[in-house]
Amino acid sequence: MTVRTMTGAEMIVKALVDQGVEAVFGYPGGAVLPIYDEIFKQNRLRHYLVRQEGGAVHAAEGYARSTGKVGVVLVTSGPGATNAVTGLTDALMDSVPVVCLTGQVPTHLIGNDAFQEADTTGITRPCTKHNYLIRSPDDVASTIHEAFYVARSGRPGPVVVDIPKDVQFAAGAYKPPEEVKHRSYKPRTRPEPQAVEEAVALIETAKRPVVYIGGGVTNSGPAACRALRRLVQETGFPCTQTLMGLGAFPASHPQSIGMLGMHGLYEANLAMHGADLILAVGARFDDRVTGLLSGFAPDAKKVHIDIDPSSINKNVIVDVPVVADAGKAVDAIRRRWSARGGRTDHRAVEKWWRQIAKWRKRDCLKYEQDETVIKPQYALERLQAKIAGRDDVFVTTEVGQHQMWAAQFLRFEKPNHWMTSGGLGTMGYGLPAAIGVQVAHPDALVIDVAGEASILMNIQELSTASQYRLPVKLFILNNQWMGMVRQWQELLHGERYSESYTDSLPDFVRLAEAFGWTGLRAERPDEMDGLIDAMIAADGPVIADVQVAQMENCFPMIPSGKAHNEMILGGMDDAEAEIDAEGMVLV
Amino acid sequence: MTAREQQQERRIFAVVVDNEPGVLARVIGLFSGRGYNIESLTVAEIDPTGHLSRITIVTSGTLMVLEQIKAQLGRLVPVHRVSDLSNEGPHVERELVLVKVAGGGARRIEALRIADIFRARAVDSTHRSFVFEVTGSTEKIDAFIDLMRPLGLTDLARTGVVAIARGAEGM
Repeated sequence: MTVRTMTGAEMIVKALVDQGVEAVFGYPGGAVLPIYDEIFKQNRLRHYLVRQEGGAVHAAEGYARSTGKVGVVLVTSGPGATNAVTGLTDALMDSVPVVCLTGQVPTHLIGNDAFQEADTTGITRPCTKHNYLIRSPDDVASTIHEAFYVARSGRPGPVVVDIPKDVQFAAGAYKPPEEVKHRSYKPRTRPEPQAVEEAVALIETAKRPVVYIGGGVTNSGPAACRALRRLVQETGFPCTQTLMGLGAFPASHPQSIGMLGMHGLYEANLAMHGADLILAVGARFDDRVTGLLSGFAPDAKKVHIDIDPSSINKNVIVDVPVVADAGKAVDAIRRRWSARGGRTDHRAVEKWWRQIAKWRKRDCLKYEQDETVIKPQYALERLQAKIAGRDDVFVTTEVGQHQMWAAQFLRFEKPNHWMTSGGLGTMGYGLPAAIGVQVAHPDALVIDVAGEASILMNIQELSTASQYRLPVKLFILNNQWMGMVRQWQELLHGERYSESYTDSLPDFVRLAEAFGWTGLRAERPDEMDGLIDAMIAADGPVIADVQVAQMENCFPMIPSGKAHNEMILGGMDDAEAEIDAEGMVLV
Repeated sequence: MTAREQQQERRIFAVVVDNEPGVLARVIGLFSGRGYNIESLTVAEIDPTGHLSRITIVTSGTLMVLEQIKAQLGRLVPVHRVSDLSNEGPHVERELVLVKVAGGGARRIEALRIADIFRARAVDSTHRSFVFEVTGSTEKIDAFIDLMRPLGLTDLARTGVVAIARGAEGM
């Protein structure tokens, strides 16, 4: 092997290219100038200049989640790195593979409170899967290769590589990527046969089973989604999805019972509550999903497939832990189950489906649309009607009511088409994420379902989309309130709407035009279809400002501190919404 | 939850890690960030050629928390092995303390007498003081310190627990 000597900055760019990276989202600054100089000299890597570093990480997340590849970020030291922290935390919570390269002050200045110095590895230690500070040019290539391996393997996550400026200038030996055999980090991907056996035995005898799937299935890849679909189809079990798991199992499949959790469907939550077997796949029993822990699925045996051993028994004690890759585990369980005769308790499961059908009949998402004011649900229902049947539609969201309505009313048939900030709940995620998705899928229809409050959190990224002619569509459900905050204040704080009115909003149509976008507005229900058609037909980016009913609440809802069977359905059901002091404390 | 599940238990975890910058901060940050207790923590390099260190952590928590601690430690990238010594069979644990006792006359003689009972070694002595070294279980060291307090204890430093499994098997 010939070893060519290069500068650190050259090696960084080469390592990225050798890792198959095509797009980098970033923002230059003093401590990364040598890297930007190398980017200038080549044409393999495309760099997308965001307008704030936080946007770079969300864009990389959108890119990663819509492709299954690692998203890459490049930012400078100090404020560049600290602005990236929210995105890194978001990627950690939602298990998104991201490699974030940060510049650092020269090695001899580290610790001296130098200009634009921050303790980046210290600050990002709790919000990354792992981080590195490179001290020698000879470590540049191997560290970057290792960072990609750590980011994408096991439970994916963000990895920071902090690179002092002197290391970027110094010469060192480049090492090409090879299969990383890490000394200590060896994620387990194959399930224990004993655990598989126990899971199969429970499947054979279950009377009221529910397959509960999460983002881990999508992360495991298309093969895992196919394996899961096969298992669900062959067993005939109902399948519910978390917010992160939407699309991992087709929404239109007759065995899909929809999203569960705080704003999940009535049938999904009651099925979880009444189940005698929960087969959890790549889902982590998050508090938005379980509601009151002591009242969660009280009669169910629980099988938990997760690649991260620390997810097991974290919130809910399970009966059969299966530490493995979701796809491999599901496949092993289906094969073993099939080999043992492919038995289920047909009769009981049929009876269970009849019960679920009764719950479905409650039609928990129903709302009333009059002729004057657009209901947010109606806006999304019309959007769904217009995009149904297309498989080139990707949806991102911001965070709040609009996000939950989007999860309820839009239907995802395939994985990697739905990008939302689930764990961290980051307002401002959707626009930069949509930019990242559009970069990865230039010809696709990429829609950010937004609220008027969230969208303002990273509104500067309008400029990024303009610069790269990315035709993203912002579908703003504009109710002039931080809707979810307002809803909680209504239900929990005596209708004292403290600071939740979004006053002094911009005119979104003129704002769009100021950035070279198209601006559209709808104020009446009969304008909805025309607005959506015009938005989809536009070649360039669009802000669609949909003026919706201001005081609409998002239901169903499991109030804080309540169990699945205590959900409120809205409208006449409000009487049940008494939340005790313990519940008030929960977020 | 059963009574056993809610009860706090004391555990000793031995963690073998890459001896690299920041590794201790990762471990400590995990405990503080997730609200776990640290009763004591010791760390030193155990393999200079392989750059491995061993961290011994004494902690307490419910069974669910203890299981989490083990899993969370295990998923840190530079962690090689995590052993729950108090749960995985018999083990030996030791702590070392240096106790400084100052004074004269009868108290000085009494201090020497007790030191002898505890098999403490005097590692420094002046006309007015001793520094005693005692090795043993945490309880033994607590007892020694308690006895020395009224006899002129002016300073002490203890290492925290180190522990190892009994028998032929290595970690």
